[in-house]
Amino acid sequence: MSEMFSKKNLKLLTNPLGDDNPITVQVLGVCSALAVTVKLEPAIVMGLSVTIVTAFANVIISALRNTIPSRIRIIVQLVVIAALVILVDQILKAYAYDVSKQLSVFVGLIITNCILMGRLEAFALGNKPWPSFLDGIGNGAGYGMILIIIAALREITGSGTLTLPGLGELRIIPLSFYDMGYANNGLMILPPMALITVGLIIWFQRSRSKHLQESN
Amino acid sequence: MKVIRNILDGMKPHVQKGGKFHKFHAMYDAAETLFFVPNKVTYKGAHIRDAVDLKRNMFMVVIALVPALLFGMWNTGYQYHLSIGQSASLFDNFLHGFLAVLPIIIVSYVVGLGIEIIFAQMRGHEVNEGYFVTGVLIPLIIPVDTPLWMVALAVIFAVIIGKEVFGGTGMNIFNPALVARAFLFFAYPSQMSGDKIWIDGLTQGQGIVDGFSGATPLAKLAAGEPGSVLSAYDMFMGWIPGSIGETSTLAILIGALFLLFTGVASWRVMLSVFVGGAAMGLLMNAFAVNTYMEIPFYYHFLMGGFAFGAVFMATDPVTASQTATGKIIYGFLIGVMAVLIRVLNPAYPEGMMLAILLLNTFAPLIDYYVIGANVSKRLKRVKA
Repeated sequence: MSEMFSKKNLKLLTNPLGDDNPITVQVLGVCSALAVTVKLEPAIVMGLSVTIVTAFANVIISALRNTIPSRIRIIVQLVVIAALVILVDQILKAYAYDVSKQLSVFVGLIITNCILMGRLEAFALGNKPWPSFLDGIGNGAGYGMILIIIAALREITGSGTLTLPGLGELRIIPLSFYDMGYANNGLMILPPMALITVGLIIWFQRSRSKHLQESN
Repeated sequence: MKVIRNILDGMKPHVQKGGKFHKFHAMYDAAETLFFVPNKVTYKGAHIRDAVDLKRNMFMVVIALVPALLFGMWNTGYQYHLSIGQSASLFDNFLHGFLAVLPIIIVSYVVGLGIEIIFAQMRGHEVNEGYFVTGVLIPLIIPVDTPLWMVALAVIFAVIIGKEVFGGTGMNIFNPALVARAFLFFAYPSQMSGDKIWIDGLTQGQGIVDGFSGATPLAKLAAGEPGSVLSAYDMFMGWIPGSIGETSTLAILIGALFLLFTGVASWRVMLSVFVGGAAMGLLMNAFAVNTYMEIPFYYHFLMGGFAFGAVFMATDPVTASQTATGKIIYGFLIGVMAVLIRVLNPAYPEGMMLAILLLNTFAPLIDYYVIGANVSKRLKRVKA
């Protein structure tokens, strides 16, 4: 047990949350980060879906890594990912229909999410299943974390609410503010502002961790 | 001048390295270079220094904006009194407008310069002079009824996202004043369009007399109201609803002459914007199917922000093309795009802002091809 959660393995979990974040440092999976972050609930569900798919795709590919001919490895990876995505999509349709409608094609598009292929190519093909699993969970969580931060910012400033799974829409900015002249920021709901928000997070992170800054 | 010099010299020891108030040296530098030409000497590289530095250059633009600003203040009061059905004297009109516009200008300068000073302090350079112009441009291109907190938010967005992230004055891709306006336009559409916001007090539910409309000429035309075309003379003089500084083509023209006379703005850009607008206007006339497309091409210069944008926004030396040929292409396309967006896109009554921002993006590309063409032309001469 202690070996399973050795320092090295724990790093696989925690690094993607900070200095090796898939969105802000590896700059992968940005497109879906812009698309599903208007409200908080779809962002949470999307983060979870990607985490599950990445983790299990990593395990499966890692288990098969010595038998996959390297020439056709991309196709094998895609088959595995597609199978997992279809599973997740069906589960969402069965148990969380509204969210699945809001996410629309973006669940299906997890197949093309760069984080998945990135992790499979960079990690699962060269490591054992257990570390690969942790790496998948870590990267999915890092992705989900940024999604949740962006979605929370966008929903509070853009709609004045927060939508949580199971709790529905919670009003964050009281209605009395609107009577006093406050207005929702319509720009926050548009995709460009999501990109600028990602940029601001990257700026914030780099100004704190100096070693991430390129020297030029 | 001597008095100011003495005050500044008295403060100097405290803000120099090791002084008690060294933290505030950026503010001190800003004040000193504002009043006096810096006495810095270059030790290597280029040695030519002109007394007309960036700060003085920028001030020429601020002076050129004064006619539009004063007229805008008067017009704000005039439209206000018109809307409540009173007639007021010239001075009353001006005073009302002055009191309505002044808070916006103060907010714009305090917030904008505040951010500039913070960044100057953090990055260790002197306070940039670019904001002197932006700070007065922003109030002039927004409706008078814009809430002050929105102005503050737009200024914060424009200075940080529009300018500082690119490296400050001289590095920005987009004109910061237009970034501020675009921010307001997309973030708070209900505050940036309609027929109420252009008149002071209307959104707070002030009474309107019968027959008064606060809609701008552009909005009326876009809505296709019958008999909606105002007389060219009214629009040229500027007693029409609109953003604070944009209504009077005459006041803008005075500013334009000043800018051209002092050589601060590029005549190539200015002229080609108007040529582009005229060309597109004539093209619209040729294929006219509605009132908007039929209006004479020079009406486009008089309505909305076309003249203001052409004179003060398109000529921004940082965001425009740098080559002489490039400037002509850049200006021409701004004129074409502005009229195109105005007439054919009902979602955007005014196209000048979007046209300039779009061409700001393409300015470096235009320069790239102009320089490339020049290089290949000269290479051919060598071979021949």
